[in-house]
Amino acid sequence: MAEVEETLKRIQSQKGVQAIIIVNAEGIPVKTTLDNSSTVQYAGLIHQLVMKARSTVRDIDPQNDLTFLRVRSKKNEIMIAPDKDYFLIVIQNPTE
Amino acid sequence: QKKNISLRLTMEIVYVYTKKRSEFGRQCNFSDKPAELHVDILPDPSLTDNFIDRDPCDVAIQCTQEMSEHEVNTERFDCEPCGINHVEGGWPKDVNSQEMEQTIRYRKKVEKDENYVNTLMQLGSHMEHCIRQNNTIDIYQEYFEEEEIVEEMEGQPSAKTVNVFRDPNEVKRTATSLSWHPDGSCKLAVAYSSMEFQKVTKDMSYDSYIWDLENTNKPEMTLKPVSPLVCLEYNPKDSHILIGGSYNGQIAYWDTRKGSQPVEMSAVEHSHRDPVYKVIWLQSKTGTDSFSASTDGQVLWWDIRKMSEPTERLVLDPSKKGNLDNALGAFSLEFETTMPTKFMVGTEQGVVVSCNRKAKTPAEKIVCTYSGHYGPIYALQRNPFFPKNFLTVADWTARIWSEDIRDSSIMWTKYHMAYLSDGCWSPARPSVFFTVKMDGTLDIWDFLFKQNDPTLSLKVCDEALYSLRVQDNGRFLGCGSQLGTATLLEISSGLCTLQKNEKALATAMFERETKREKILEACHREMRLKERSRSEQSKEDEAKDGEAEESAEELVACAEREFYEVVEAEMKKRGKDDKKEKEKYEGKDGCKEKES
Repeated sequence: MAEVEETLKRIQSQKGVQAIIIVNAEGIPVKTTLDNSSTVQYAGLIHQLVMKARSTVRDIDPQNDLTFLRVRSKKNEIMIAPDKDYFLIVIQNPTE
Repeated sequence: QKKNISLRLTMEIVYVYTKKRSEFGRQCNFSDKPAELHVDILPDPSLTDNFIDRDPCDVAIQCTQEMSEHEVNTERFDCEPCGINHVEGGWPKDVNSQEMEQTIRYRKKVEKDENYVNTLMQLGSHMEHCIRQNNTIDIYQEYFEEEEIVEEMEGQPSAKTVNVFRDPNEVKRTATSLSWHPDGSCKLAVAYSSMEFQKVTKDMSYDSYIWDLENTNKPEMTLKPVSPLVCLEYNPKDSHILIGGSYNGQIAYWDTRKGSQPVEMSAVEHSHRDPVYKVIWLQSKTGTDSFSASTDGQVLWWDIRKMSEPTERLVLDPSKKGNLDNALGAFSLEFETTMPTKFMVGTEQGVVVSCNRKAKTPAEKIVCTYSGHYGPIYALQRNPFFPKNFLTVADWTARIWSEDIRDSSIMWTKYHMAYLSDGCWSPARPSVFFTVKMDGTLDIWDFLFKQNDPTLSLKVCDEALYSLRVQDNGRFLGCGSQLGTATLLEISSGLCTLQKNEKALATAMFERETKREKILEACHREMRLKERSRSEQSKEDEAKDGEAEESAEELVACAEREFYEVVEAEMKKRGKDDKKEKEKYEGKDGCKEKES
């Protein structure tokens, strides 16, 4: 439990990190540094995106699997580390 | 009993054979019999006179499989994209998502889960790696931002059709006007009406549409006016408002947030009495002013907040008396936001009337007229880079005018085979303009490149094109046709990016042509003065002599002589001008394009 806190604090202290969200497989945000409405929006939208990305990778090669997803936009980058049960979502603006 | 059975041949030959009834149904007993000649028909040579010998005989023979052709089209599957708004996650049944306590308790439970801890550690380290990566190198950095992008010379100017929007109704109407959405090229509003006299049928729809450029199957929004719209314009200040002029003379305005019905319409008594051919938004603080023109000879100003009557009215009476019977019917309007007090009207009679809005009396409102066209002026627009010069499109030519010269245009195209129906300048390049014709072709003219012919001529469709509008970036243009098809075209970047020295060259060309016209005008004036003085002189002489009568022939010979002298002088001058022009072209390195 404490290690998790430490990891998250370390991530938060990196340059440009704007928000961290941890979502479980049902789409419930377990831990978040953003306000509730944005969190819920991210949780819902990203969940669908990860599902789609994962199925794409596996359709091309069933032996393959999705390990990481980065969505780069004009304003920031959304990084998603997916797992069977949880997603870790970090929003970073590296050129600050 | 015997039955008689007779065989009747076409030549009425009858052969009778009899059989006993008791013998019917018995088995057949065949027996041989020698041949018996029943009938002998001999050829009748006189019949050959009814026929002629055909020699040679041409017979086509085909030895292939017979096939049949059949078209099949699958039923179109209507898809509509729409977004989902995710509201709240999938909380388990026993947790009430509204209750803060329950959700917090649930979250704390999850956090204590071992699986959670392990997974997070793993994901966390992976994530950190990527974050650090981002911070170390910016992979999207522009390395050569400061250097100018060198324009490569493309081969030929070209244009390609991006999309085609067809009138979804059964009975097709003409797309009479197009208007681009003010914020970028995402939507196009098209007004549909039938301009043919008395061709409106009961089931012809009155609707006009706003199209989303990505979706050609279904218009994004329908506008339902009381009478079909002839012209339609987006408000450049507020992209939700559109104003339309309809066939019955009324003006209506829409708010796209409020639905398909017009928010307000002008009162019928105070509107135009003929179809409203053009409506333009004015530059004002409130952004609600506009003015409209119609062939009933009036130009009316409106404030959309109060449509019950126009705020101002102008009658296009060239004799400046405000007489409606004398008025010229207006077909097109021109308004440039950089010159808010002036505007121009193109009329049915082929005359452009320049007006000043701020004049004190109605008589002073009409400043001057420019004549030179033979038919109604369908399009009128000032050059966005050189507002003193404007383009008119009418009858079979397009003409460019200078404000200072009233009697004639300074540049004009040749007379085409088909009527020109609309035209406009390119907002990106001062020397490029577009015209559409009734034979369905779009012409792109670049008068610095080629003056006799369009630089690019495209056949857009088989039916006549009625309207044309260029988007503000100069790259996309829409044309509307007689059958309601709006075609969206994209032109090559050479035709919509400013070339080196282009402004200077265009300025030089306009100045040169204006000067030529001024010289011609001066020449004419001189000639007229000379004529007048000569006729006065000869009258004096006659009074003196009383006998010297110039015969008709002598007068004609004199006139001829003078005419040829003037023509010769002009040709010499033109020859010098042309030489100067050629030298300019060869000398300047700005125009690298070669004449094909």
